[in-house]
Amino acid sequence: MTRSRNRGNSQPRWLFPFVVTVIFFLSVLPLGRLAVTGISSALQGRTAELLADAAVWRAVYDTLTTSFFGMIAAVVLGGGFALLLTLFDIRGKTALGFLFMLPTMIPPQVTALSWIGMTGPSSALLKALGLAPPLGSPQPLYSVSGIALLYGVQNAPLVYLSLRAGLLALPRDGVEAARLAGASSWQVLKDVILPLSLPGFAAGAAIAFVSCVGNFGIPAILGIPASIYTLPTLIYAKFATFNSGTFGDVSVLSAMIAILSIVGLTVEERVLRGRDYRVIGLSGQVAVFRLRNWRWLAECTLSLTIFLILVMPLTALVASSLAPAYGVPLSLSTVTFHAYEEILFRQATTRTAFTNSIALSIGTALGLLVVTVLTGYFIVRGKSRFAPLISALTEIPYALPGIVLAVAFILLFAAPIPIVGVSIYGTIWIILIAYFSSFFAVSLKPVVSAFRQLDPSLEEAARLSGARFGRRLADIVVPLVAPAAGASVILVFLIACNELTVSALLWSAGTQTLGVAIYNLDDSGSFNLASALSVLVVVMVVAMMLVLELMAKRLPKGVVPWRS
Amino acid sequence: MAKLILNRLSKTFDTGGRPAVHDVSLTVREGGFLALLGPSGCGKTTVLRMIAGFEQPTDGSILLGERVLADANDMVPPESRNMAMVFQSYALWPHMSVADNVGYPLKVRGISGEKRQAKIREALAAVRLGAYAERRPADLSGGQRQRVALARCLVTEPDVVLLDEPLANLDRHLRQEMEETFREFHARSGATMIYVTHDQAEAMALATDVAVMSEGRLLQIATPEEIYARPEGRLVGGLVGLGAILSLPSPAGDMRVLDWQAMLAALAAGSEGPKADILVRPQDVEIAPEGAPATVRSVLFEGERYALRLALPDGQALRAFSRHPVKVGADVGVVIRSAWRL
Repeated sequence: MTRSRNRGNSQPRWLFPFVVTVIFFLSVLPLGRLAVTGISSALQGRTAELLADAAVWRAVYDTLTTSFFGMIAAVVLGGGFALLLTLFDIRGKTALGFLFMLPTMIPPQVTALSWIGMTGPSSALLKALGLAPPLGSPQPLYSVSGIALLYGVQNAPLVYLSLRAGLLALPRDGVEAARLAGASSWQVLKDVILPLSLPGFAAGAAIAFVSCVGNFGIPAILGIPASIYTLPTLIYAKFATFNSGTFGDVSVLSAMIAILSIVGLTVEERVLRGRDYRVIGLSGQVAVFRLRNWRWLAECTLSLTIFLILVMPLTALVASSLAPAYGVPLSLSTVTFHAYEEILFRQATTRTAFTNSIALSIGTALGLLVVTVLTGYFIVRGKSRFAPLISALTEIPYALPGIVLAVAFILLFAAPIPIVGVSIYGTIWIILIAYFSSFFAVSLKPVVSAFRQLDPSLEEAARLSGARFGRRLADIVVPLVAPAAGASVILVFLIACNELTVSALLWSAGTQTLGVAIYNLDDSGSFNLASALSVLVVVMVVAMMLVLELMAKRLPKGVVPWRS
Repeated sequence: MAKLILNRLSKTFDTGGRPAVHDVSLTVREGGFLALLGPSGCGKTTVLRMIAGFEQPTDGSILLGERVLADANDMVPPESRNMAMVFQSYALWPHMSVADNVGYPLKVRGISGEKRQAKIREALAAVRLGAYAERRPADLSGGQRQRVALARCLVTEPDVVLLDEPLANLDRHLRQEMEETFREFHARSGATMIYVTHDQAEAMALATDVAVMSEGRLLQIATPEEIYARPEGRLVGGLVGLGAILSLPSPAGDMRVLDWQAMLAALAAGSEGPKADILVRPQDVEIAPEGAPATVRSVLFEGERYALRLALPDGQALRAFSRHPVKVGADVGVVIRSAWRL
C-alpha cells in the first residue's frame, strides 16, 4: 500500500482509478465484447457457414481492390501535392494546401453526392452547361473504379500530411552538401530527397489504405445502387436483414476489417520506426528548389487539380441543391431555394437530425474534454508505468474503422445493462457513448501536446503556493492549456457533426444524425434535399476549419491535423 | 520556524542506476542560508526537490523541527509544507498579472481584499517592482521576472525558501545585483534559505554555510571561510576557490597547514614514498629569486594583477599572481608561504 501512496506525484489518489475506469469502458470493454462474440460464433461453426458464402468473399475482394486502387490514387494525388508544395517555389502555398486538405474533413457521403452531381446523365451542373450525357446512360461512378477514385480524393490529404512531415524533417544541410558536391537540382531530388522521403510515402499509403478499408459513406452511396458491397456496407446490409445469426456474422466481418486495418497500421508503424536518420543535422527548414520556366505549369496543374477534385464537385453539389428536382435542368428561371426551405423548416426528420447531431457533438466535445484533461494529465505528469499502455488503448478505438466500433457497441448494449436493467440500445445515449469512444484520441491529442509543452515548474510553483489538485487545475493548468483545449473541442465537434459510419448502425427513429439524414434522403431519391443538407454541412466544415486555421499560431505543433 | 534536518537521505530513481542522492545528512539552522554546491548531476537539485516535496526519499527522512516532512513511507505534500521556491525558469504564470502571480499563495490561503492587496504591495516594494503590478510576466526582463518570483516567495512568510540555480539564466551584471537582492531578502525575512548552485563564487558570496556535493554524496559542510581555508579532500579543494593541487611526498607528522619550510622539504624530497594532495592558493605563491625553480607557462593580465600559470620541474602546475609582467617561458623562483594538505 505504501508504494501507491503519494510518492511526490502531483496527482490525487483517485486519478489513476478514474483513468483506468474510463479506458476500460471506452476501449477495453467494447472491443473485448466484439472479440468474445466473434470467437464464440467461430466456435459454434457459424463462421464456416458465413465463410462459405460467396457474397462475403466478393465483398472482401471488392474491399481490397477499391482500397488498393484508392490508395494508389491517394498516393499519386497526395504525393504530387506534397512534393510540389513542400520542395518548390510555388506561389499561394498556404491556400493550395488548405484547399487540398478540405476533402479529408468533408464527410465521405457528401463527397460522393457532390461527385454524383458532377457526372452522369442527371447532373444539374452538366445539364445547365449542356454537357450532360443522354438520359439512360449509366452513372460512371457507380462502379469499383468510381469508388476507388473517390477513396483517392478523400484520402490523398493523409498521404500529403505524412509525406510532408517527412520532407519537412529532411536535413537542409544534407541537401546543401549534395549541391556543393556538384549535384544538379534533379540529382539532389533523385538521389537525396526521394530516398529519404520513401518512409513518408509508405506510411501515408498505409494509413490511406486503412482509411479506405473502413470507409462507409462512399461505398454506401456509390456501391449499393450497383450491388457492389465492401465489408462495411455488407455489415450494414446484414443489419438491414436482421436474423438470429446477424450478431455472429457481423462480429466476424468486423474482425476481418480490424485485421486489415491492423496490418496497415503495423506497416505504417514499422516504416516510421526506421526513420531514425532524420534527426541528423539541421532540419525543419526545407531547401526550396526553383522551378523557373516550369513554375507556371506546376501552378496550373495544381490549380486545375483543385478545381477538378474540389471546386467542380462542390459547384455541382450547390447546383443540385438549387435545382427544383433531380434531373431537371438548372437555369436562372428554374433556380429555387425550395430544398433549403424544406430541410430547414418543413421536414421534421432533418430538423431532428440537426438537433441530434449538434447536441451529440457538443456533448461529446465538452464531455470528452473533461475526461481528456484528466487523462492527459495522468499520461504526461503521472510518472506511471501504465501511461504508455493507457495512451495506446485510447488510440485503438480511433484507429479502427468506425463500423467496427459501432458493431462492438451494438453487441455490448443489445441486451439491457446488467444490474441497472435499462436498455440504451436504440436511444441517443448509445451513439453518445460510441462517439466518446471513437473520438477519445481526437480530443486527447491536442491536450497531451499542450501538457507536454507546459513547464512542470509552473505547476510545482502552484503546489508550493499551497494549491491542491483541483485548485491547480482550475487556476493554473486549464487556463494554460486553454487554446489546445479549445482546438480539441472544435475538432471533435467538427468530426462528430459530420460522422456517418458509427451512427449509420446505431441510429433508430428519432435519433438520426446529419450523416444519416443525408444518406437517407439520397437513398429515398430526394437528391436535391440531400445536396442542400450537404451544402450546409460543407459550409459548417469550412467555417470551423478556418477558425482553427486562425487559432493555429497559438496552438502547440501537431494540434491542427491539416497543418504540419 | 525551526531547523531543517536531513537525516541519512537517499534517493534512487525507478530508472535504476546508482542513487541520485546517497546518505546525505545535514542540519540547516533556523534562519540559516545554505548553499548546495556541486557540479551538474551531483544530486543537489534532487535534494532540493526532496525538501520541497516533489520527490520522495527512498531512504532516510527530512524533518522541520520536530515534524517529519518525508521519509520512505509517507510524506507531507508540497502544498502543505509552507515553503516557497524560486525556480530556474522563474515559473511565473503567464496568464496572470505580476500582482496576481505574487498574490496567488495568499489567494489559495483564503486571504482576500485589502489585506491581500497590502501584502502584495509590500512584497513588490521589497523587490522594487511596485510600478509593475499590472504588467504581464511576458513584458518583463529576466531580472524583473526573477524579482517577481522572489516577491511571490516573500508574501507568505514561508518557513523555508528554496532557490534552484536562480541566477543561471542571467547575465553577469544582473547576477551581482540579484545577489544583493537575495542577501537583502534573507536579512529581511529571516527565513531559512537553501540555494542550489554550481558556481562557487555565488555560493561563497551569499551563504552562511556551504555544502559541497559530488555524485550524490555530501563531501563537506562548513562556513564559506572554513571551506575555503580547510577543504576536505581533492574534490572540494578543486571545486572551491582558485588553486593548484600538487601531489608531493607526504610531509612528516599529521600537520595540515604547511609553511614554506615544510613545502621546501616536500618539494626537495624526490618522488619516493607515499604521496599527499596539497592545495596551494595563488595568493600564497610569491615570485622570489630565492624560491624553488619553476617555469612560466602562461600570463594573463586581469587588470589589477597578472595571473600566472607555472610549471614545476616535474611538470606539475601551479598558479600565482604577480604585480609585474613576467615573460612566458622565463625561469623564476617561487616561495609557497602557506599550503593545505587535503
